[in-house]
Amino acid sequence: MAENQGSPPARPVRVLIAKPGLDGHDRGAKVMARALRDAGFEVIYTGLFQTPEMIAAAALQEDVDVVGLSILSGAHMVLFPRIIDALRARGIDDVLIVAGGTIPDDDIQPLLDLGVAAVFGPGTSLGEAARFIRDHAPVRHDVP
Amino acid sequence: MSRDATPGLGVRLLSGDLGALARAATLVENGDPVGRVVVENIHPRTGRAHVVGVTGPPGAGKSTLIDALIGELRGRGHRVGVILIDPSSPISGGAVLGDRIRMGQWDRDNHVFIRSMAARGHAGGLAPTTAALIHLFDAAGFDPILVETVGVGQGEIEVAHLAQTTLLLQVPGLGDGVQAIKAGILEVGDIVAVNKADLPGAEELVHDLTMMVTADTDPDGWSAPILLTNATAGEGVRELVDRLEAHRRYLDITGAGRRRKEIAARFEVFGLLRQELEQESPLHLLQKDQIDRWRGAISDVVERKRTPGAAVALLLGQAAPSPS
Ligand SMILES: Nc1nc2c(ncn2[C@@H]2O[C@H](COP(=O)(O)OP(=O)(O)OP(=O)(O)O)[C@@H](O)[C@H]2O)c(=O)[nH]1
Ligand SMILES: [Mg+2]
Repeated sequence: MAENQGSPPARPVRVLIAKPGLDGHDRGAKVMARALRDAGFEVIYTGLFQTPEMIAAAALQEDVDVVGLSILSGAHMVLFPRIIDALRARGIDDVLIVAGGTIPDDDIQPLLDLGVAAVFGPGTSLGEAARFIRDHAPVRHDVP
Repeated sequence: MSRDATPGLGVRLLSGDLGALARAATLVENGDPVGRVVVENIHPRTGRAHVVGVTGPPGAGKSTLIDALIGELRGRGHRVGVILIDPSSPISGGAVLGDRIRMGQWDRDNHVFIRSMAARGHAGGLAPTTAALIHLFDAAGFDPILVETVGVGQGEIEVAHLAQTTLLLQVPGLGDGVQAIKAGILEVGDIVAVNKADLPGAEELVHDLTMMVTADTDPDGWSAPILLTNATAGEGVRELVDRLEAHRRYLDITGAGRRRKEIAARFEVFGLLRQELEQESPLHLLQKDQIDRWRGAISDVVERKRTPGAAVALLLGQAAPSPS
């Protein structure tokens, strides 16, 4: 292939967006999915009421680089540890985990300690979130 | 990236390792050389799975029906692979892959594997590497493999080349079936499901479509059955799986199965050839002495010394088509 001058094909970053928990509002998650699409990401949108097991199974099958969790129900301190455990149980320890929704300031540090890379509050612009994800998406080994 | 790890990935995939399947799929989609090696290695072990294309207009209920099919197929003991294709944005290259929303809770079942795929600029309802992903699923023991196309309008029916069985969805309210005739999509359906049976006009549409397709019996005796389904409620799904199995048997006992596989192989080989040729300079394909011929042929076309058809003939070493 020495003659081939073409640059290697760009590798789209794959992002899973999931809504764990029981609140039935996914407008914010959909807006974020669209914004990330417009920033060139491939977004797998899994919808409402996702259990930690469903999120982990989807992350594995879709081989995503990033898991974005949108949560409005207030159950994040219960659900996030379970989601992270479910991911690890499937050997997924190299994805970037980000969170959005309504998360009180006091809970942000404990979530970061759990391994969440960033918490996007209501004040975060879509552009900022997309930029953070682009800058921090893991450069992974090709073989797990 | 280490090539040493490649045999490991292929071996793990063949043993049914789902993480290996997922990662191999990513590598293949990205055109990574490691992915290509994996496909080369596993290819001899593939070709057994029943590939079922699921196509139809946007919003017809393809994903919902696939979810219902998974349940019925699991009940019959099959290990079910699903590939869900959605369009990429032509502007950003990104995509929102939303078919997975319709999938139920299969997370505890290792015999269901669902993968979303962006079309990445490919027209025709599939993605450029769908054929290769099918091989990966096949190697990992999934059979059948259900492939949902991008919601098709008129004529994006590539999946019929790749699948052994094409399931075409129609829904009431989009016309009386004449649209399907005009677009020639009715012909690609080995089985036609009129979905949203709960909506008005469904039975009438079945009637209209039945009138239109009864004339089409293929040389080996298959004529497309037209079924009513309500994917949301799971109605008609058992009959649908019966028909899928009947079509598979028909392919096995007549010569039709072999013919379908030849069509699929030709489609895949031509697809790869086209991808190579569409690169800005497919020169790496050519021997040194051919490179000059290639460049010369392109210049000739620009300068109107040669027609595009004559350039192709030159490159293939054939006699140029003579103007009549
Ligand atoms: N009434 C009724 N609605 C249905 C039926 N099947 C699916 N739907 C609904 O139709 C909508 C679209 O369903 P999908 O399964 O996403 O359709 P699709 O063909 O996969 O859509 P695209 O992938 O976007 O082209 C959803 O709101 C479904 O709930 C049905 O049998 N009856
Ligand atoms: Mg769909």
